[in-house]
Amino acid sequence: MSMDTELPQKRLTLHEWLTTETPASRRQARVSAWYRSWLAFRSNPMAMFGLGILLALIFIALFAPLLAPQSPFTQDLGARLSPPGKGGYILGSDSLGRDILSRLIYGSRITLYIVSMVALMAPIVGLFVGTAAGYLGGWLDITLMRITDIFLAFPKLILALAFVSALGAGIENAVLAIVLTSWPPYARIARAETLTIRNADFIHAIKLQGAGALRIITRHIWPLCISSLVIRVTLDMAGIILTAAGLGFLGLGAQPPSPEWGAMISAGRKFILDHWWVATMPGLAIFIVSLAFNLLGDGLRDVLDPKKSSK
Amino acid sequence: MSTGDGIELEHVNVWFGEGKERVDAVIDAGFTIPLGKSFGLVGESGSGKSTILRAITGLAPSWSGMISVLGNILGRERDKEFYRTVQMVFQDPYASLHPRQTVDHVLSEALSLHGFKDVNDRIIQILDDVGLNQSFRFRWPHQLSGGQRQRVAIARALIIEPTILLLDEPTSALDVSVQAEILNLLTRLRAERKLTYLMVSHDLAVVGHMCSKIAVMNGGEIIEILTVEDLRALKASQPYTRQLLDASVQEC
Repeated sequence: MSMDTELPQKRLTLHEWLTTETPASRRQARVSAWYRSWLAFRSNPMAMFGLGILLALIFIALFAPLLAPQSPFTQDLGARLSPPGKGGYILGSDSLGRDILSRLIYGSRITLYIVSMVALMAPIVGLFVGTAAGYLGGWLDITLMRITDIFLAFPKLILALAFVSALGAGIENAVLAIVLTSWPPYARIARAETLTIRNADFIHAIKLQGAGALRIITRHIWPLCISSLVIRVTLDMAGIILTAAGLGFLGLGAQPPSPEWGAMISAGRKFILDHWWVATMPGLAIFIVSLAFNLLGDGLRDVLDPKKSSK
Repeated sequence: MSTGDGIELEHVNVWFGEGKERVDAVIDAGFTIPLGKSFGLVGESGSGKSTILRAITGLAPSWSGMISVLGNILGRERDKEFYRTVQMVFQDPYASLHPRQTVDHVLSEALSLHGFKDVNDRIIQILDDVGLNQSFRFRWPHQLSGGQRQRVAIARALIIEPTILLLDEPTSALDVSVQAEILNLLTRLRAERKLTYLMVSHDLAVVGHMCSKIAVMNGGEIIEILTVEDLRALKASQPYTRQLLDASVQEC
């Protein structure tokens, strides 16, 4: 109690500290910029809904062993193809009598692993290629962009298929194949952004301060490209999940008995007419997570779009 | 060549494009600015006045002729020493500050590029010099007005202590009342720091207020160089200059 009376009245609340027009340190300026973005993001209910689903997915993946009612691999041939709700199988069981709910819960780890690996690698490759091509120009631009064109000329899934068959089936190779096929659009976006920025006065200004090309690209151009890349990556996540599921479906991604959602649909397709839940439940999981990423991407676009926020 | 020369240009041509698409932006320009003086370039838009600044700073891709700064003849590439000596303030303060960098970031990066150690003291000092309160230090550009932004741009140019400042219409994007403030600031800073100014403007009144000597440009060529006294006395020998003077007198 004595603390309260001693404190001066003008002490700021956290909210006031975060939204002040006159930040007093580098850290406060940065944190308050993040906080403002968060406030803008929070006012978009659909985006918050998407974020909620994704946080739930991360939570489920982290605590899978605690949340799953059974082991995802335990077979019970006596209870094979049980419909949802029967015999303790909340979402039914598959053709080997494994609990579908438990498999979905463990499968979320694989989905998150693929998504995060692709989201970390593909945009970074694209950012390097695109900004270097856009800023340095000349023959480097021509070479890099023709390589990008070659990659763009193939349908994504077919190219990924070719890569996986060459590299061998497996999750790591599926991730690699997806990265190799999904970086070109990011390179294109990064190059387009770079071309609009490179002749801006603030880039000339830093050039006149004596900064070299590497510093200009990494410190001045990247921060402006990253927001449009983040938006695009989030919106592409659904496609990446579907590609991963497609590779799993074709037997080229995760291998049995690993509970990858695409592979689960593939295993269920034989029974799709008589035992609909075997293929439908993983399909629903893919649908919900893809939707969540799309909603989040839309919300991020509203918050991060530099064309809006720069004014 | 005397060492008292800040900037010297002789037979400078600047062009864009090659072959059929070649556009000559500056034709055979030449003038000398003694150290510590202030020189103005006037002319209508497209007369090549900003292009001369770009040629000096190395931003124009193709040029010929002789440009020397402090007696050193410039080649194709500009080194760090050049950027220590010559700094520029751009026309549009809304475009010349990085939208994702705070004032502090902009100023400290300029200092670190040139190896200054006492970053904190220098930033506090320069903000004071350009008339910005310390509370501006950690603001983002979108939290600043046009005049405040231009003050930050001037601070960025001056924080590494150049001897020559190139001003590319530093006030034309600002409100009239703010224009006067920025011009007074520039006049005061020049007196305090013994700076050499090369100022580009389409506004004869601004140049007349700031500069001791003025070159009039038209169609890429310098058609007349006259002192500010001649300008005030409306003593111009070229018909184009007289036309400009008449237009500006009528405005007043």
